[in-house]
Amino acid sequence: MSLTLVVLCGVLVSAGVYLLLHRSLTRIVLGVGMLGNAVNVLLFATGGKNGSAPILRPDGTIEPPVSDPLPQALILTAIVIGFALISFLCALAWRSWTLDGNDIVEDDVEDRRLAQAGPIDPASTPRERP
Amino acid sequence: MNAMVPLPIVLPIVGAALSLLAWRRQRIQRAITAVALVAALGSAVTVLASVVADEAPIAVRIGGSAPVIGIVLVADRLSALLLVVAVAMLAVVLVYAVGQRTPDERSRAYHPAYLVLTAGVAGAFLAGDLFHLFVAVEVLLIASYVLLMLEGSNAQVRAGTTYVVINILESMLLLAAIGLVFAATGTVSMALLPERIAALDTGVRWGLNGMLFVAFGLKAAVFPLFSWLPDSYPTAPSPVTAVFAGLLTKIGVYALVRTETLLFPGEQEVLLLVVAALTMVVGVLGALAQGDMKRILSFHIVSQIGYMVLGIGIGTPAALAATVFFIVHQIPVKTSLFLVEGIVERETGTSRLAEVGGLLHRSGWLAVLFGLSALSLAGLPPLSGFVGKLGIVEAAASDGQWVMLAIALAVSLLTLVSMVKIWVGLFWGEVMPVPSADRARGLLRRTPVMAGATIVAVGFGVAIAVVSGPLYRLCADIGAELLDPSAYIRAVTG
Repeated sequence: MSLTLVVLCGVLVSAGVYLLLHRSLTRIVLGVGMLGNAVNVLLFATGGKNGSAPILRPDGTIEPPVSDPLPQALILTAIVIGFALISFLCALAWRSWTLDGNDIVEDDVEDRRLAQAGPIDPASTPRERP
Repeated sequence: MNAMVPLPIVLPIVGAALSLLAWRRQRIQRAITAVALVAALGSAVTVLASVVADEAPIAVRIGGSAPVIGIVLVADRLSALLLVVAVAMLAVVLVYAVGQRTPDERSRAYHPAYLVLTAGVAGAFLAGDLFHLFVAVEVLLIASYVLLMLEGSNAQVRAGTTYVVINILESMLLLAAIGLVFAATGTVSMALLPERIAALDTGVRWGLNGMLFVAFGLKAAVFPLFSWLPDSYPTAPSPVTAVFAGLLTKIGVYALVRTETLLFPGEQEVLLLVVAALTMVVGVLGALAQGDMKRILSFHIVSQIGYMVLGIGIGTPAALAATVFFIVHQIPVKTSLFLVEGIVERETGTSRLAEVGGLLHRSGWLAVLFGLSALSLAGLPPLSGFVGKLGIVEAAASDGQWVMLAIALAVSLLTLVSMVKIWVGLFWGEVMPVPSADRARGLLRRTPVMAGATIVAVGFGVAIAVVSGPLYRLCADIGAELLDPSAYIRAVTG
């Protein structure tokens, strides 16, 4: 496994996680893109030596210097899925922007209501309206 | 027979494509969905009958290639049983959604997304390798994103964002875990992995197990990875929540069962037991604090997942049998509780317990439907929940897990308390004002299709209790089969 790929993978993961922790959906989209590519690089690194062709021998076995074609097939699928996820997130960010003019992820309303309600009063019944 | 195995995946996918072609024809879309689901159910039942009769799993090599490089679909008794229950519930909820006549079901994206979801669920149960499992989970997740945010309202977008981001993170984690499993063993086939994983160092094994556990645990909503669930599920339309509640977390549990029995048998018992206890307790306490029926039920999803993880953690054949029975019981019971909630919400316009009341005077039958499901969830005899919980408690006792046994029983009692809370809020108390005189009575009669579908779902739950003898014997066979994967491996590699 080449050190370059490992370092690249680590940098992409840390940048992706940093972006995911933001509240702005646009940054989350970028973070998801970086994380997705980090995982793709990881899959690629599992395939074998760089530069060798992913071709099976006629009898179906794999022998160096040929790389294992399976991780490359996995990456191909993962890229397609990642593309779908990112386009969905972009649509979501756009929808959020048309609804309230920004793409900030908001707090849960019910959570805030429960937090403001304070400790539960045993004397109150569920029938009571807030 | 082999040709039947891929059908529960292929038929809904083809149906979804046709449904997209009939974009403007609502009736045609409904007909396509109904036909695809019934056909998928038929093939799933055939597969189940075949694997039960043969007592051996069926493995189908897609494209006829070797299991190392090709895609293999495997139907053993566990996956076939869960597949039948899941597709049956999907069909029932479809009828309910059509009968609801809300804008959700009229949305043109509803039917294609619903069919894609079905295909994803079937694919996850039938997957014979980890990567195909990942792809199937992705398929059902993307469909679930669409269904969760059909209206595109502000509340749905807010809750949906959390759901989407959490699940994307889970996907990345799962993919990375699969990549590392491949790097360590050189395969992703579930039949080849047991032998090769057993040959690895303990540290590597624990690392891989931990990553897969976190990824599938996020999907199954175990403690402490559950907080996205009660936040996002309640904002979806009721029939959508019913499907999610019944099925999606169970996919995570199914994957956990496979991981912890087939790949890493009995390796993380303590971790699983601790997680199970915390999931049960935190879930049920969360439910007790809520004042909204949908949110109470959502927290109960989490709490009941704890019982399943407990069964996996104990890991004896009896415990696994009880877990499988418990999953089979949970799918219809959870679904029917959300279906009843949908009828209440349609009638009163809200699911907040403080704002409804006195429904007992308007529909005794609705109270019966809720009561049967709620008591089954709480685990009262003679309903199906009792059988499942008894099995898990018995397994815990015979394994000497007395602390877990006490926690399971206490959580069961608290479940009953919060079900009583819903009952008091919905059915007792002063009768809420009714818009017009003709709406005063016959609540179920005015929504015959929804009521019919709910009755079928509740009846399914009751039927599980009725046939619990033979069903439990089947689950016991599954439990033994899970711990002895030689038949599974032979079916795939042989």
